[in-house]
Amino acid sequence: MSSIGTGYDLSVTTFSPDGRVFQIEYAAKAVDNSGTVVGIKCKDGIVLAVEKLIPSKMMLAGSNRRIHAVHRHSGMAVSGLAADGRQIVARAKSEATNYERIYGEPIPVKELADRVASYVHLCTLYWWLRPFGCGIIIGGYDRDGPQLYIVEPSGVSYRYFGAAIGKGRQAAKTEIEKLKLSELTCRQGVIEVAKIIYGVHDEAKDKAFELELSWVCEESNRQHQKVPEDLVEAAKAAAQAALEEMDAD
Amino acid sequence: MAPPLAQSSNPFAMDSDLNDPHSMGTTIIGVTYEGGVVLGADSRTSTGMYVANRASDKITQLTDNIYVCRSGSAADSQIVSDYVRYFLHQHTIQLGQPATVKVAANLLRLFSYQNKNMLQTGLIVGGWDKYEGGQIYSIPLGGTILRQPFTIGGSGSSYLYGFFDQAWKEGMSKDEAEKLVVKAVSLAIARDGASGGVVRTVVINGDGVRRNFYSGDSLPLWHEELEPRNSLLDILSAAAATSPDPMNI
Repeated sequence: MSSIGTGYDLSVTTFSPDGRVFQIEYAAKAVDNSGTVVGIKCKDGIVLAVEKLIPSKMMLAGSNRRIHAVHRHSGMAVSGLAADGRQIVARAKSEATNYERIYGEPIPVKELADRVASYVHLCTLYWWLRPFGCGIIIGGYDRDGPQLYIVEPSGVSYRYFGAAIGKGRQAAKTEIEKLKLSELTCRQGVIEVAKIIYGVHDEAKDKAFELELSWVCEESNRQHQKVPEDLVEAAKAAAQAALEEMDAD
Repeated sequence: MAPPLAQSSNPFAMDSDLNDPHSMGTTIIGVTYEGGVVLGADSRTSTGMYVANRASDKITQLTDNIYVCRSGSAADSQIVSDYVRYFLHQHTIQLGQPATVKVAANLLRLFSYQNKNMLQTGLIVGGWDKYEGGQIYSIPLGGTILRQPFTIGGSGSSYLYGFFDQAWKEGMSKDEAEKLVVKAVSLAIARDGASGGVVRTVVINGDGVRRNFYSGDSLPLWHEELEPRNSLLDILSAAAATSPDPMNI
């Protein structure tokens, strides 16, 4: 879908003759070129996973987190420009606490996704702002059950059973579609998602990466948390094994 | 209520009452039962000793499934209900589904608490939603919010604490609950000068809302209340038939 928008792509307030806003499309490219982020809705909750590309061996493992808790019951995984992502996370946290202060109950995930999408969209309406260069996967568990949303740089937000954004999204989506999500528990989902991330990681092009995992499910008491260490290790081991099996073919 | 004017040193100066702010002496009650709630209230609005409205409706609708019983200053409780109805309406549209009782109660208490210096309202919120079923929330003068299985309010409620301690039980049926509420309001009307008129009830459950009306003369008479008489002429003419001495019946 790429084309040159010469002349119509300098400002986010300019439409091209065929009705496209190129700045927003370029913002989406920033997402497409960054590490893969995957989210799935299992029968008892949501699992989020990030392929966090590590630019330098000197970085401390576990720093520069890409998955953030927005509220007790929901979290966000960010792909694209990390600094932009931090802004959006800060806004989402503030929307969530504000909602609870006024309405007396935790923000429904749908409402949270709507508000984040509105905020992202806002920055596509003015010439003095640039669009956010990040894609966000929101996973949460409220009284209507577990829900998964993507918010794109254009400001659209859709609800999904399984979602992937970033470099390896095409391959990841194919893998997700093979899974029977309605029968998976989050425990099983964590393993599957680790396998997917390891599978789409391109050893040749990219350097080392760190796998970041989080979940909101019955087992975590409907709270958004990092997946427990032992399960993460098990997931990584299973993913490595699956990779070796594939290479052996 | 405004402080008495100098005129009131003369006990026959009834005019001073007409300018006092409308206050609802009131008896209001909210009770949960198996499957929903029953709200009940008297119908007397007084300005000082003058009954400004003997058939007022103190149970006000906020949404299809949530009502509030108002006591204290009539103006204050009306304006607060109006504001909350407005916000709840917007909230319902945004959410795409009916608001919960908890949200309505929280909005009311935020108003009550943040404007406590200027307002004088005692509120009982009652309603039904699909998550928690029937709920009653009490929001007294200072802006506390408290969820309770049943609650009473208004000046007439002072006379009902002992009655409810004895008569309340968990898991009543709809009819038992409504009978309890009507009996309680009529007991309070008997003893509280600032409560009177008719008894209105609103029953809210999963099937919808039902308003009921119990006229003053359909209510039982309690200890030492007089039998209603139409006029002295009835007594005299009845007496004339049996004895010629009108003052010695």
